[in-house]
Amino acid sequence: MAAVQQNKIRNFCIIAHIDHGKSTLADRIIEKTGLLTSREMQAQVLDNMDLERERGITIKAQSVRTVYKAQDGQEYIFNMIDTPGHVDFNYEVSRSLAACDGAILVVDASQGIEAQTLANVYLALDHNLDVFPVLNKIDLPSADPERVVQEIEDVIGIEAHDAPRISAKTGLNVEDVLEAIVKKIPAPEGDPEGPLRALIFDSLYDTYRGVIIFFRVKEGTVKKGDKVLMMATKAVEEVVEVGYFGAGQFIPCDELRAGMVGYLTASIKNVKDTSVGDTITHAARPCAEPLLGYKKVTPMVYCGLYPADGARYNDLREALEKLQLNDASLFFEPETSLALGFGFRCGFLGLLHLEVIQERLEREYNLDLVTTAPGVVYRVYKRNGGMLELTNPSNLPDPTEIEYMEEPIVSAEIMVTTEYVGSIMTLCQERRGVYLGMEYMETTRALLKYELPLNEIIYDFFDALKSRSKGYASFDYTLKGYERSELVKLDLLVNKEEVDALSFIVHAESAYDRGRRMCEKLKDEIPRQLFEIPIQAAIGGKIIARETVKAMRKDVLAKCYGGDISRKKKLLEKQKEGKKRMRQVGNVEIPQKAFMSVLKLDDE
Amino acid sequence: MHIPFCARKCAYCDFLSFSGNECVQRDYTEKLIEEIEYQSAYAKEYQVISIFIGGGTPSILKTEDMEAVLNALRTRFDIHPHAEVTMEANPGTVTQEGLLSYRNAGVNRISMGLQSADDKELRYLGRIHTYDAFLKSYQRVRMAGFDNVNVDLISAIPGQTVESWKNTLKKVTMLKPEHISAYSLIIEEGTPFYDRYGDHVEMESHAMTKEERRLLMALPDLPDEDSEREMYYLTQEFLLEQGYERYEISNYTKKGYECRHNIGYWTGMEYLGLGLGASSYMNGCRFHNTTDLNDYRNAHFDQEEGFHQALRQELERLSIEEKMEEYMFLGLRLTEGVSAHGFVSNFGQNIRNVYGQILDRLEQDGLMEFKDGFYRLTSRGIDLSNYVMSQFLQ
Repeated sequence: MAAVQQNKIRNFCIIAHIDHGKSTLADRIIEKTGLLTSREMQAQVLDNMDLERERGITIKAQSVRTVYKAQDGQEYIFNMIDTPGHVDFNYEVSRSLAACDGAILVVDASQGIEAQTLANVYLALDHNLDVFPVLNKIDLPSADPERVVQEIEDVIGIEAHDAPRISAKTGLNVEDVLEAIVKKIPAPEGDPEGPLRALIFDSLYDTYRGVIIFFRVKEGTVKKGDKVLMMATKAVEEVVEVGYFGAGQFIPCDELRAGMVGYLTASIKNVKDTSVGDTITHAARPCAEPLLGYKKVTPMVYCGLYPADGARYNDLREALEKLQLNDASLFFEPETSLALGFGFRCGFLGLLHLEVIQERLEREYNLDLVTTAPGVVYRVYKRNGGMLELTNPSNLPDPTEIEYMEEPIVSAEIMVTTEYVGSIMTLCQERRGVYLGMEYMETTRALLKYELPLNEIIYDFFDALKSRSKGYASFDYTLKGYERSELVKLDLLVNKEEVDALSFIVHAESAYDRGRRMCEKLKDEIPRQLFEIPIQAAIGGKIIARETVKAMRKDVLAKCYGGDISRKKKLLEKQKEGKKRMRQVGNVEIPQKAFMSVLKLDDE
Repeated sequence: MHIPFCARKCAYCDFLSFSGNECVQRDYTEKLIEEIEYQSAYAKEYQVISIFIGGGTPSILKTEDMEAVLNALRTRFDIHPHAEVTMEANPGTVTQEGLLSYRNAGVNRISMGLQSADDKELRYLGRIHTYDAFLKSYQRVRMAGFDNVNVDLISAIPGQTVESWKNTLKKVTMLKPEHISAYSLIIEEGTPFYDRYGDHVEMESHAMTKEERRLLMALPDLPDEDSEREMYYLTQEFLLEQGYERYEISNYTKKGYECRHNIGYWTGMEYLGLGLGASSYMNGCRFHNTTDLNDYRNAHFDQEEGFHQALRQELERLSIEEKMEEYMFLGLRLTEGVSAHGFVSNFGQNIRNVYGQILDRLEQDGLMEFKDGFYRLTSRGIDLSNYVMSQFLQ
């Protein structure tokens, strides 16, 4: 290890729009560099969470180290850092980029540049990375590499004429990519003998080894037995093991020197001691200045998570704590709801992040959850001069105390073929978008720029965008800031009782419509009970919509099944079991899924 | 005792039955007689006070086969001289000769599956007979001397109207059967009707020709909820006017003709099931016979080796708590209700100590009432009896 020269190391990542073949190319690189035989490869080596493989997306940034023997006869160390492709995970992308010296930009040779491609390239350029393009899916009949090359040069402004033209799926021309990595990505710099400066870009919790820290050594050298200092948290730990990343496994080594990417363990039990973005240095010989860390990530979407079985509250807490170890962007704090009991208000980067966490809690921790309607963070300015950041609609102060409210606004870029521009503009208008401008990328495609309220895009904007453009639109956004807005809290009353977990904040103009549709939806979701149940939507005590769940009229097993009492009993037990999956609010039983109704309002 | 054969399976039926040729039926009776001989050894201390021969269609068996079965019952079991012996007989399978032979063999009550007096509705249900055929069979039953006859009816049939249901009730009460069973159609899983009317995800595959499936899918809709309820209330009202008293959720009778066998189920009496899939409750245990015809036919009942496994399936010994639950949810099917006194003498505990809270809540909700020492369902409680009964389950 010690023999590896800095100029033989290449630290890079692959950036791409979702589905353009990033993970497949990563797999091919691992395969071609000979670290693994084809037989050992799982379908996608880097995506080692079941969920990732099933959804076909990369959620967590992962790293792998391989050895490549180049055409010049030299062996090069490749540290490839995988990055998530979804807009929700921009934060993770930027963390990964900080550990790299260059990036491969994968572009689908038939689809060309998408909104996400641009976003990721800008992110990479912000980190001063050298970016070189690769045209993928060249084997598809619809591939048009000449057009895409032109597009890359025109729109992004980077040289693309010598870009490798590959098929990651079949492995065609992947060697060209390997050579390009050697030639186009700069070797790392930094003095291995200087004071240690290493950037933490990720961490992972392992039951046996405690927290495992992923880092990039910028200066100096770290080895087993070193006493290291986390500069931000001031925690001092003794290094138990250092090593690098095999494919899906940790491979210990003696030391990691400037320019290298790897991990260390130090029996760290408290994840709070290792914040991502922090700088590791030697306790005895600290560096003068910490590295520039990351922007602190702020959750954009909040919702309540409650255990379906109240007795599992502590299990839920433990599960969230464990997930947080590997996911610094997950936020949670305890809250209580009259309807749902004890649970947590959780913050996420976006709706996909929410869904991923929810699914992991259900699958990996076997928890049955009730989720309340997701919302964004509103700013409530009070008459007394105070300001409240509102993440739970139930905490909205009395309207008489409120001066005004603000909601988060994003700058969105939507790339779409020209024939769908009209329908996408209509969609943005429906979502209270403010049109900023449009640029034609080429004759057939346009880049639309809008400002949109975040709460209009968190639920189903993606789906709407895809369905109204037959799948041809792509979308990216960044938080722009807060703007004053006419917002109201919509309350839902079931049998005249307000159900706190169903309240949500909505723009005044769409309140009536939403209220009406919520009532209709709940009417379908709540089963008939012994008595008639009015379902009402209200704003500040004023009823704006009403539906009625009629009283149950008949629930009788007339037949006697020839003395088969067990069968009858089973039927009754099944009925009783169904009741257990409901929440008692006052004397009404509400099924768990009703609490997510607000998400499904735009189904029709 | 179960006779699992029918000329044809009705589209709503989920009972264990199939069409079997004469040969299969003959084999089955032989096996049934073997079983009677075998099981009777375990019921020596019992006197039988009621027998119910159901199906399927018991009257489909050849007369001599049924005679042999009835004779076996008589010789092997100690039957009370005034025992109620019911046999189900379906219109279209009833002969004068058969009826006389049943009567000679001790059958004293006939239960006839009519279901509807409207030929169109009968067709929709997949019944093999017309109303006229029923009338002929009914006359034969009376002529054979049976003075205790039940007629089964179903309301809320596809295409049925309140008017046509009233017509069915009128036609049937004019015949003055002693007993009428009337229940609302239940769409059971696994039936062709479930494919047509059930809230299912996937269609089930039934052995149906394309034409049969087309006809099934072309059936008219079920009556809407309002009509269904109207039919249901009409049933009670009309039958009461005609002198039939409701004594159980779906059973009506002229005074003194309550079906004792059925009441036995609801009051915790013991019973021994004979034949394919038959259910039993003996010595505090519930169990049933195998439901696989081949297993049943191939079983060698051997006294020496104890209970044959094919005859003691899913054996479950009831705990005291389960017995109490059953006492409640079965007893509540009777309009008379559950006797507080009976509860004490059965379990040595006051019913209120065990179910006080539940009883109070149900009473508050207007689903139950306490009168003359009995807890019984109110009219609304009967409508929602599943809900009420499930409250007593642990």
